[in-house]
Amino acid sequence: MTALMSLTNVSKNFGGLAVITDVSFDVPAGARMALIGPNGAGKTTIFNLISGVYQPSAGEIRLEGQEISAIPSRERIGLGIARSFQNIRLMPHLSVLENVMLGQQARAGNLGNMLSPLRRSRWRREAEELLEQMGLDTYPGEVVATLPYGIRKKIEVVRALVAKPKLLMLDEPAAGLNNTETANLKDFLMQIAATGVTLLVVEHDMSLVRSLCDHAVVLNFGEKIYDGPTAEVQKDPDVLEAYLGTRHAGKETTDVA
Amino acid sequence: MSGYWAGILTILAINIIFAYGIFLPVATGQLNLGGAGFQAIGAYGAAFLSASFGLPVPVTIGVGMAIAGITGFVIAFPLLRTRGVYLVLATFAFAEVVGGLILNSDTFGGAMGLSVPAFIDWHVPVTAAVVVTLFVFYLMSTRFGLTMRAAHDDEVVTDLMGVNVRSIQVAAFAIGGALAGLAGGLYAHSFNFVEIQSFNALVSIYVLLYVLLGGTQTAWGPLAGATFFTMLPEALRTVLPALKSGIYSLAGVEGAVPAPDDSWRFVILGALTIAMMVFRPEGLITRTMIERFGFHRSRAGKGAPA
Ligand SMILES: Nc1ncnc2c1ncn2[C@@H]1O[C@H](COP(=O)(O)OP(=O)(O)OP(=O)(O)O)[C@@H](O)[C@H]1O
Ligand SMILES: [Mg+2]
Repeated sequence: MTALMSLTNVSKNFGGLAVITDVSFDVPAGARMALIGPNGAGKTTIFNLISGVYQPSAGEIRLEGQEISAIPSRERIGLGIARSFQNIRLMPHLSVLENVMLGQQARAGNLGNMLSPLRRSRWRREAEELLEQMGLDTYPGEVVATLPYGIRKKIEVVRALVAKPKLLMLDEPAAGLNNTETANLKDFLMQIAATGVTLLVVEHDMSLVRSLCDHAVVLNFGEKIYDGPTAEVQKDPDVLEAYLGTRHAGKETTDVA
Repeated sequence: MSGYWAGILTILAINIIFAYGIFLPVATGQLNLGGAGFQAIGAYGAAFLSASFGLPVPVTIGVGMAIAGITGFVIAFPLLRTRGVYLVLATFAFAEVVGGLILNSDTFGGAMGLSVPAFIDWHVPVTAAVVVTLFVFYLMSTRFGLTMRAAHDDEVVTDLMGVNVRSIQVAAFAIGGALAGLAGGLYAHSFNFVEIQSFNALVSIYVLLYVLLGGTQTAWGPLAGATFFTMLPEALRTVLPALKSGIYSLAGVEGAVPAPDDSWRFVILGALTIAMMVFRPEGLITRTMIERFGFHRSRAGKGAPA
């Protein structure tokens, strides 16, 4: 099986603090994969390592077999890695449409495109059409800072999607959404996956994880504690302990004793 | 046209071009407090070429503008490594260095200044201002303009979207330097005299204020800011004496009223500046405001937000 993305013995320290320790996992092409774990487990850090915001302290990160650690962060979206952010990072002073058009940059960054007006361009039409498909066409000209949270969350996904990535990484896409919105999001992500896009999703909503993802990697304190089918993740003793803290608490008492 | 209005229009045109020169870097998130330095380079470049070689005006202004642009390009690399208040100080220091070099140079007349033989009348700067305004509006409507504004909002995410943020910022800084240089060249030929004292720190501060108070989100901002702050002192020149004699007559003071001291105009300017910062911290003209004018009608037909 060919892995689209693979991490091999990846570690990340901030000063003396080990945030990711020796983590390895593969994201198979076409997978709908979840990356889960308790707060502070290191999920967002993994995204930051893959997208190049941080450099790994050790280990290798490969996209289709190619080591990407030396590739500048801005070039990675062109290689097919796009992401959304846990705390929405849309450009507050840009309109919805402009935010989406920014997501096209990796495909539209040559000098000719840079210096031609966006109005009436094919890029603008493409962004408008995508927003319409997503039911977000009520707001194209609106500055995003003024829009409701759920809408902005969706726009971030659209901005990542318009880069036509191979791997779409979403950091807690359902956070702050109600049940209906979450159900819509799930359908939407299933549609995206059906077009051949590989998903890597960080999510705390376990029912969304179960219904959306076929595979899960679980992190706890920066270490991988589970890597397998989503259906069995909640039966795994290590995972249960990580979330409920039973053995961890027990271990502490034995350590003290 | 009367000499008074020709003078006002000339100053207004030069200030608008100058403001666009500072707007470009500011729109990418880089505060430039070195405006006077770029303007001085353009002014002295044009003045020197005109006085020493008698070159035609388009050449003198063009070369001055190019030197200012190239200077902007070259210093952008070290300068844009600094951030926030350090960048402000670094650009300010740049202008001081330019001023100091000119002041100590015999070639450029030192403290005596240079007289500029070739004269241009008001419609040259006004035409230049129209062209520059159209150019900046065009630039802001392109993907280049989009990436400039994106870099202003969030450099990290702009980079992750595939934008070479550093290149965009350097380009904006250099083009801005060239525009400030153009303003300087036009100044030199409009007033036939340059002296380094007229490119002082206050000039850098004022032009940055035009931009910040006019608004940095759209190309309308610097136009509004430069126009407002250039015209306001002129308006006050006539309004203030009237106001003073009004107050005097209300208070029952008889006889001729002496004209108010000129410094009152700057007191009012300062007070207005503070008021603008309090009430419109994002500038006079904002995206949302343009949106209100432009999009409401087309949106009105559509259904409620889903
Ligand atoms: N730049 C940084 N410098 C120092 N420590 C950091 C940095 N980024 C993250 N950390 C630490 O690394 C740990 C993992 O953070 P991370 O954001 O990856 O967790 P997470 O799994 O995404 O958690 P959450 O579910 O709360 O989003 C945390 O303890 C955090 O404080
Ligand atoms: Mg996180």
